Amino acid sequence: MFNFYLLLLILLISFIFFYFGFRQAHILKTLQNQKLHSLFHYYGLYVLLSSLLPSLGLYFVLTICDDVVFAYMIKIYIPLDVLNSKDYNFNIVLAQIKNSVDGLIFGAPPQWVSDTAEIWKTWVFKSNIVTFILCFITSIISGYFGFLKINSKFRSRNAVERIIMTLLAISSVIAILTTIAIIFSVIFESIRFFVLIPFDEFLFGTVWNPQFEGAERAGSGQEGLSQYGAVPLFAGTFLISFIALSVSIPIGLFSAIYLSEYATSKERAIFKPLLEILAGIPTVVYGFFAALTVAPFLRSSGSFFGLDVASESALAAGLVMGIMIIPFISSLSDDVINAVPQSLRDAGYGLGSTKNETVLKIVLPAALPGVVASIILAVSRAVGETMIVVMAAGLAANLTANPLEAVTTVTSQIVTILVGDQEFESAKTLSAFALALTLIIITLGMNFYALHIVKKYKEQYE
Amino acid sequence: MNNKLINPTRASEIVRNSIAKRRAKDNRLKLYGRIAIGFAVCFLIFLFSSIFIKGYPGFFQYYVTLDINFDRERIDPQGDLSDNSLFNGEASKIVNEALFTIIDPKGRKAKKQAKKMVSSGKDVRLTNLVKSNPNLFGTISSVKFALDDDIDSFLRGYIKRETPESERRISDQIIKFVDKLDKEGRISYEFSDYILNGSASGNPEMAGIKGAFFGSILTLSVCLLIAFPLGVATAVYLEEVAKKNKITELIEVNINNLAAVPSVVFGIMGLAIFISIFGMPRSIPLVGGMVLALMTLPTIIISSRAAIRAVPPSVRDAAYGIGASKLQVIFHHVIPLAMPGMLTGTIIGMAQALGETAPLLMIGMVAFIVDVPNSVMDPGTVLPVQIFMWADFAERMFIQKTSAAIIILLGFLISMNAFAIYLRKKLERRW
Repeated sequence: MFNFYLLLLILLISFIFFYFGFRQAHILKTLQNQKLHSLFHYYGLYVLLSSLLPSLGLYFVLTICDDVVFAYMIKIYIPLDVLNSKDYNFNIVLAQIKNSVDGLIFGAPPQWVSDTAEIWKTWVFKSNIVTFILCFITSIISGYFGFLKINSKFRSRNAVERIIMTLLAISSVIAILTTIAIIFSVIFESIRFFVLIPFDEFLFGTVWNPQFEGAERAGSGQEGLSQYGAVPLFAGTFLISFIALSVSIPIGLFSAIYLSEYATSKERAIFKPLLEILAGIPTVVYGFFAALTVAPFLRSSGSFFGLDVASESALAAGLVMGIMIIPFISSLSDDVINAVPQSLRDAGYGLGSTKNETVLKIVLPAALPGVVASIILAVSRAVGETMIVVMAAGLAANLTANPLEAVTTVTSQIVTILVGDQEFESAKTLSAFALALTLIIITLGMNFYALHIVKKYKEQYE
Repeated sequence: MNNKLINPTRASEIVRNSIAKRRAKDNRLKLYGRIAIGFAVCFLIFLFSSIFIKGYPGFFQYYVTLDINFDRERIDPQGDLSDNSLFNGEASKIVNEALFTIIDPKGRKAKKQAKKMVSSGKDVRLTNLVKSNPNLFGTISSVKFALDDDIDSFLRGYIKRETPESERRISDQIIKFVDKLDKEGRISYEFSDYILNGSASGNPEMAGIKGAFFGSILTLSVCLLIAFPLGVATAVYLEEVAKKNKITELIEVNINNLAAVPSVVFGIMGLAIFISIFGMPRSIPLVGGMVLALMTLPTIIISSRAAIRAVPPSVRDAAYGIGASKLQVIFHHVIPLAMPGMLTGTIIGMAQALGETAPLLMIGMVAFIVDVPNSVMDPGTVLPVQIFMWADFAERMFIQKTSAAIIILLGFLISMNAFAIYLRKKLERRW
């Protein structure tokens, strides 16, 4: 609530400054009869922005930094015996203290935790006051300096426009920042993981059996059982994607050919959106459907033919995922088939070929790069799909090519490891980041390749 | 040189003979296309009808009507209707007594079983009733209470009477009680007031989507407030302001790549950056909204850029011609004209964000939270995550509730998309 009121106050002050700026310009023009460069509201806007932006920036810096600074400062308040104990971990201690600060208390925390939490709370209180005062003063002072600049020679419109242009440029950098954030968030943890587990063991090991080290320390007899060979996960991902693509490629391609070459415009107007609905359904709904309708159906029909189908099978997840990615193939392929110049088709018809021959021998080869790109994008979608496999494919890391058995995938392991309580610094938690890194590399690589193909193809007709 | 030239009559003969075959091929391709589309559409219909058939009963549940003696002394011992007083009262005992007068259980064991027949939310229901209407005190009125989920499943026929008692979730004794209640006309099948007003609960008969619904609204609001201005600003900058150089090219490549990054990776980024580094709390709609905003940003940017590009240059030239500055051209002419297209893209992006589950699991919005979140800083969950959590529970009744929640979610998604299409049809101008 504190943050909300502070932001409200900063906004209010800047609006007051807008009024003053506007009035000052008005006075200059009407009472002193001076010739102004810009319209009145540009003077108001300039004062508003010069009050708002510095204080807002200061506010964000202070609120983001205070936790980091506190975390650094709290270190000296942690008792020595805790610091020196064997399984001391700063992140865990910090989480304990923060939970205590937020009022989330599980069981009876040791005395020193509640003590440090109290210290932390007083810091939060002080930092709130400091933030408040600093932001308040900044907004008034910088607003006042903006106000002082107003005179008949000041070109406020140009100044305001420069500020807005800068803001526009900054917002476009967010996309780059997000990419950097994504890469940085996985790369450091992955490096730490590869310090613990050799790179080749992760990439070529055939047994995936992560265990929390806590279990080992507690002496549950599982010492040294942890194994981080990701091959079963890659195999599971590959198997499910393969099933999904063998459903979606034929259906998607034939639909695209039909929609772009054979369908009347009315049929197109009905069926294209209908197919696109498939892409709009949330994946959790597909997962629910795969787990509760498709999997039991496969199981019962499997036992009818004397096959033993696991209740969570790669087949169920793959089939449903295949349906989900139909529109990715059909829509994109439809677009590229449509983009093939009509003159190519006309030339084909002119030589007496049927529609079939024109499509298969002229249009499709011309559209092939785009079609391939759409398939690659569909593959990357299938590899990165999470909820369907979490709900329907199971968690058992079997290394198998049998679609009737349960398999697990990269994404479903990431979810199982990172959801719920985590032990910081343990190889198990870190392994999720290493998996995420491989996932990013695979999907981005495919995306780059697909875009490259599309770009190359585009140049041919322009 | 080619001595194998066929004479024209022979050639036309070959063509004529092959035509039937080629036409058949043509028709075959057409048929394959129809089959493919038919399959996809059939699946769509199957999916929707299967969810609807499973979920429609989830909006209803079985209630038992009991005559409650609203004795103020016992329900509200301190007489001030405070939470503390009502908590100390004997609300659930009174409900049990009302039940016992009808089914008349003999012995301790039978009584113990009978107590479990009415949902464990009975005392809350009773105290809420007297809180909203204190005039009830001193009267004897009939009140409807939800039945326990196992009895609900029994009445729906999912638990069979013929199954041996040891394999059934409810005992013969309880079935006898249920029959007795039924004979007296006490059991009714009605629209469930828990599915819309209830929150997360381990008891399926009391579980509802209220908390998740408000969580979704808060998360989407944050997402919209961040993604829409940022997306439009980026699109304007790239289309109208920036010169084509290495940096803008880099930004464009980045945007295209972000659109291809799996959603779960955005969740990991949220966990590592917002929660670990910035120290924001877990499970809050603010972080969820920020993660979803970064995820939907490419969708909004790409559609906004298309909308801006569709504004004809003549509009800009006319504005420049009467002396507008670059920013005036953009803000007074280009953006208003491109707004319908931008809004369409934004709504589609929001629909995407509303259905997204995986990134929110990563940032801990999967916690079991009973309270309805009041602000973006309160821990909460969202509709798709609620669906995911319910789908994991074993009780039969949760399947119906899950499907009911899916119907609500799909309802929102379809109306959002329909609104986007309407907007596009209605407002978009052809130049």
